Amino acid sequence: MENHKLAAAIAYRLLNQTKHSSNKIIHQRLLIPNFTQLNPLSSTSVAYLFALIQFVGFTRHYASVPLKRFLASYRWDLQKSSLIRMQSISAIHHRKFGSVASAVVQRNPNFSTINNDDLIYFEKILGAKKVIQDHEELETANTDWMHKYKGSSKLMLQPENTRELSQILEYCNSRRLAIVPQGGNTGLVGGSVPVFDEVIISTRRMNNIISFDQVSGVLVCEAGCILENLISFLDKKGFIMPLDLGAKGSCQIGGNISTNAGGLRLVRYGSLHGTVLGLEAVLANGSVIDMLGTLRKDNTGYDLKHLFIGSEGSLGIITKVSILTPPKLSSVNIAFLACEDYISCQKLLFQAKRRLGEILSAFEFLDSQAMNLVLHHLDGVRNPLPSSIYNFYVLIETTGSKESNDKATLEAFLLHAMESGLVSDGALAQDFSQASSFWHIREGIPEALMKAGAVYKYDLSLPVEKMYDLVEEIRTRVGTAANVVGYGHLGDGNLHLNVSAPQYDDAILSQIEPFVYEWTSRHRGSISAEHGLGLMKAEKIYYSKSSETVQLMASIKKLLDPNGILNPYKVIPSSLDVHMKSQPTICKLPWSTF
Amino acid sequence: MKIMVAIKRVVDYAVKIRIKSDKSGVDTTNVKMSMNPFCEIALEEALRIKEAGLASEVVAVSMGPTQCVDTLRTGLAMGADRGIHVDAPSPLYPLMVAKLLKALVHLEKPGLLILGKQAIDDDCNQTGQMVAALLNWPQGTFASKLVLDKEKNSATVDREVDGGLETLSLDLPAVITTDLRLNQPRYATLPNIMKAKSKPIKKMSLAELNVELRSDLEVVQVTAPPVRKAGVILSSVDELVDKLKNEAHVI
Repeated sequence: MENHKLAAAIAYRLLNQTKHSSNKIIHQRLLIPNFTQLNPLSSTSVAYLFALIQFVGFTRHYASVPLKRFLASYRWDLQKSSLIRMQSISAIHHRKFGSVASAVVQRNPNFSTINNDDLIYFEKILGAKKVIQDHEELETANTDWMHKYKGSSKLMLQPENTRELSQILEYCNSRRLAIVPQGGNTGLVGGSVPVFDEVIISTRRMNNIISFDQVSGVLVCEAGCILENLISFLDKKGFIMPLDLGAKGSCQIGGNISTNAGGLRLVRYGSLHGTVLGLEAVLANGSVIDMLGTLRKDNTGYDLKHLFIGSEGSLGIITKVSILTPPKLSSVNIAFLACEDYISCQKLLFQAKRRLGEILSAFEFLDSQAMNLVLHHLDGVRNPLPSSIYNFYVLIETTGSKESNDKATLEAFLLHAMESGLVSDGALAQDFSQASSFWHIREGIPEALMKAGAVYKYDLSLPVEKMYDLVEEIRTRVGTAANVVGYGHLGDGNLHLNVSAPQYDDAILSQIEPFVYEWTSRHRGSISAEHGLGLMKAEKIYYSKSSETVQLMASIKKLLDPNGILNPYKVIPSSLDVHMKSQPTICKLPWSTF
Repeated sequence: MKIMVAIKRVVDYAVKIRIKSDKSGVDTTNVKMSMNPFCEIALEEALRIKEAGLASEVVAVSMGPTQCVDTLRTGLAMGADRGIHVDAPSPLYPLMVAKLLKALVHLEKPGLLILGKQAIDDDCNQTGQMVAALLNWPQGTFASKLVLDKEKNSATVDREVDGGLETLSLDLPAVITTDLRLNQPRYATLPNIMKAKSKPIKKMSLAELNVELRSDLEVVQVTAPPVRKAGVILSSVDELVDKLKNEAHVI
């Protein structure tokens, strides 16, 4: 027994003496079963063997690189008395999802790693309950909703108020600890999860509703409030949130704002840039910027809150929100229509904006592939128009103040659409349950895609006439290898293009990217209409923004976050990130000015 | 054979209802109203029988104030051929409705009268049974399956009862009340909505049907169930025992 322990100690000393060659490689720990419990003798011999090899390697400086690397990849965990193999992977993606066009990101060496002093400090500020190191909780927080991106953070902090958050950020900035702000973790571009070992700062405990003005409809709440909870709260008061999306059960309002979420009602209530009246945000150095106005009009100086709306957590963490909520109108009607071709869908949109006018509150479309996917993969969904398979389906919702008027207007519009051949068939919801089943079809498409297997997801803003051309071109390119599905907010010119394949396959990917971005760029569209850039599209910004614009963005980032600790590696291309390269100090000598 | 379906306009089942401040009833102003879900199932069943060729016509009837016509229109949009609206002041209690239905049956002479098993606003579950007694017709209530036999002029009904499923054979004409699992109602499609505009809705008054409005029931008070008290998290078993003994008086 003693011998074995001695061997273990020697092995540990010798193995751990070899400095791991580079900080830049990500570690993935593979725990080899604990030999000691199985067969003490064999583990001893293994330990001896390793000690020997290591000794050889240590003294013989000219040991071959492969051997060195092989040895360096093993560590002896003294506590668990087992060998741990450190595997370095240079690609960041978890599911062997390699994007042909994506660059390989490396961990910025300027960021520190967490040590015990940091943990002590955080526990002092927050208390042990809000400092999470539990493996399972971290697993969930490290993985995004699509299970496409996985970080390796070892620490999650859950501050309860702005003061705690400010103290944490100030400390992290001084220690150069990279952080990731995380809300509901429902983002679709990998912006809400760590890339390496960034500290996750979760806003989930900051979920108080601070005030609500019944007359003006201004709601002031903390950033961690879940959207669905806000909707229920407002429902009792006779108001609604100006945005609505499928993820409402999990997403938090802070995350919605920092990603400038669009959603299903944008065509009626506009974007968050219009409905958010004020924000409170905390900058990287911990300073609290209070822009929490509740005024509809306030032209005093630069309107800085717009910088934070849509910045995806890279300029500051939003802690409080003041948002203008529209009154809840009693008459909601919804129709599910079928069209033969895409031109009819466009003409229908044109007619709807004219004939339904102010009562139009949502205009969504989906193609037959999307419909089949939903009917196939989701339970409790039935086709409202089972008599025949149509190429396109359109969902129109109207919201108004008088039921009889609205119903008559909608019916007149639909009848006219049928008579002029724009619509082949349609169903009108007669009560709430029918209405929610129509929405379930449209809102359930992302879920159905997840169940169908691997999905390549693209969110593009394109001119309405051209939108479906892209879907058809991708369909031709991909051929029978994958199912190309197109759906989206036709009313806003926003296409959600999804390619569903049984597995991730680089061959399929090469047919999609960079063609889809180039096509979008050529038609002056946006490569990310509402999902944001996150990690997935951080290098793709040039498809939609000029280099001067991006340079200005980088300057603003440097100003607000000099150490680059807020959500690094995302949004702006890493090549611009001045923190990645160390700045040489220039010594100004007296004669250098000549 | 003609089928008559009785439908009721009620508060939409997904609406969160509120009690009026004077406790006289549920607040129905500015609240979405729609067809009673069980009546939708009844109408759907009638339409299926007609589509199977076993009936020639489906007549939808509704009683109440003028807004009932909206609900009848929905019924026509689903596929009913004609509508009859009996103009009567609300509230109408089951016995009144049963008497009115009896008068309508004598007028229209249908071979089958289908209703929902109960309305979701009063949950009475009485109208179907009462009208069958008044007409002296056989009844198959809580139907979860209905099969008609043209030659024998009878219907086989599977009823959902507390003990399980009971199968009855009824001679037509009969009264059927529908339960949830009978079918899934169809959506009102645009072509049918278009056709519904030209379908007739006949308006009748209480006098024409020779029925006198008289109620033996009076709603005294409507109150909401008491709000559930929040739970309390206790810190020790002793505290639990103490609370059970002294507050709840359970032990």
